[in-house]
Amino acid sequence: MNDKEADWIGLTLAGARPKAVAALYRYFRDLDFAEEAFQEACLRALKSWPRNGPPRDPAAWLILVGRNTGIDTVRRRARFTQLPDEERISDTSDAETDIADRIDESHYRDDILRLLFVCCHPDLPATQQIGLALRIVSGLTVRQIARAFLVSEAAMEQRITRAKARIAKSGASFETPDASDRAERVGAVAAMVYLVFNEGYSSAGDRAETRGTFAEEAIRLGRLLLGLFPTEPELMGLLALMLIQHSRDAARFDADGNIILLDDQDRSLWDRRMIDEGLALVDKALRHRRPGAFQIQAAIAALHAHAKRPEDTDWAEIELLYRTLEALQPSPVVTLNRAVALSRIEGPQAALDLIEPLDGVLGGYFYFHGLRGGLLKDLGRIEEARAAFAIAIAHANTTAEAVHIRAHLDKLGGPPSV
Amino acid sequence: MLYAILCYNDEAAVGGWSKDYDDKVMADLLAVQKPLVEAGKMGPVARLMPTTAATTLRKTAGEPMVLDGPFAETKEQFLGFYVIDAESLEAVVQVVRDLAEANPGMGSYEIRPVRDFFPGAQVK
Repeated sequence: MNDKEADWIGLTLAGARPKAVAALYRYFRDLDFAEEAFQEACLRALKSWPRNGPPRDPAAWLILVGRNTGIDTVRRRARFTQLPDEERISDTSDAETDIADRIDESHYRDDILRLLFVCCHPDLPATQQIGLALRIVSGLTVRQIARAFLVSEAAMEQRITRAKARIAKSGASFETPDASDRAERVGAVAAMVYLVFNEGYSSAGDRAETRGTFAEEAIRLGRLLLGLFPTEPELMGLLALMLIQHSRDAARFDADGNIILLDDQDRSLWDRRMIDEGLALVDKALRHRRPGAFQIQAAIAALHAHAKRPEDTDWAEIELLYRTLEALQPSPVVTLNRAVALSRIEGPQAALDLIEPLDGVLGGYFYFHGLRGGLLKDLGRIEEARAAFAIAIAHANTTAEAVHIRAHLDKLGGPPSV
Repeated sequence: MLYAILCYNDEAAVGGWSKDYDDKVMADLLAVQKPLVEAGKMGPVARLMPTTAATTLRKTAGEPMVLDGPFAETKEQFLGFYVIDAESLEAVVQVVRDLAEANPGMGSYEIRPVRDFFPGAQVK
């Protein structure tokens, strides 16, 4: 076996993971058990595949082997504890049938959706949802996830264990979902996938590794989801949005990890392949004429991607899209974004008038004060701008954000503020 | 004779490749193509986006229908093609063996002799 074959086996095991763990979760109805069975199947694959060649359907192979080893484990434990626990294994009557018979994609679809859905349990805080999805569905190690969240491995282990316990207690539904349940699950899972993406997207410039890992895993989950529901325009929008945003990754930070704004980015560093796929998906989604928040945000991202130079950006169309998003999903943050577009069309005063009333709700939000400071500066109200930038720095989430605002302050000149 | 080499693979698996692995496979595939291009034997080559980005126009008795997909129930999807000029089927099979070695794992290649070929314009 050469290096590339070894890599291929590793990637194939990782790629088959969502499907295999999801099916094993249905059989065993226990996340830890499903994960253990999958691990065991992977160990056997590492021994068997190089010798016998890869199976025709790696996921089906792993499910079958995982199920058989899992059943052995359950039997063994049952003997030790004298507690027959057969009801934990659901539907093992067809264990001997040919692999090909059980390859039922629609079955897998609900399995994978269920596995993703249990990760977005409403009782779990966002960070736990993200951690759980990355651990269980994506198969990242606890160490990788802990590093990304800048917490200790033990702390992350504890969080994930607690989250699993919460899920086990509330009990996932193993019924086949009806159409409305399915739609609800898809919506919740899409939101969770975007949480994963944003966790990476908003992390600082000096954490390129975290950013890349989270973004790539989120994109992978987005692909998985769209593959399961290939006619769902919001899922096309979600994947497009993530692809187009991530396409700018190499251009978003300078060598010191400082933020580079869209206007100042070197657009030749944008990843054309990701943009092209994103644009293709936006086009496809729009044909459905069922607008949704992800599609609109993807369309906005697409307009930025279309502009060869910053001055080519179609701000009027972007403003209109933010207006549509505001109507669909009212939020002060969306209004804030619309203000940016508005400032490009009608000037800083119009934008300032739009955001001033948001001071109450967005008073603790870094971007609000940053934008307000910028608009005041453009209007020549330097003292007020300086004050706004100072508040922005106080609310910065990362050093990169603070440094970025500091640069604005420096440009204003005058007495250096603390 | 001209042959089309049609590449089939599980796009979910290919989509799950890491960037490093993808780059490595692409570099090795280009290395297989290079001598053929230099010898004037390799025609157009394309790697396609996944079928989630695809659209199908299906002819019907009335207006054709424009649909998302294809969503074939098959394990493998059509992911790319080569057009090559070769002396014999045996020569094509050798090229395909080299391609398969550059891209190990699952998948298959369909070798189809070309009936009519329209080179078209040089598009970029």
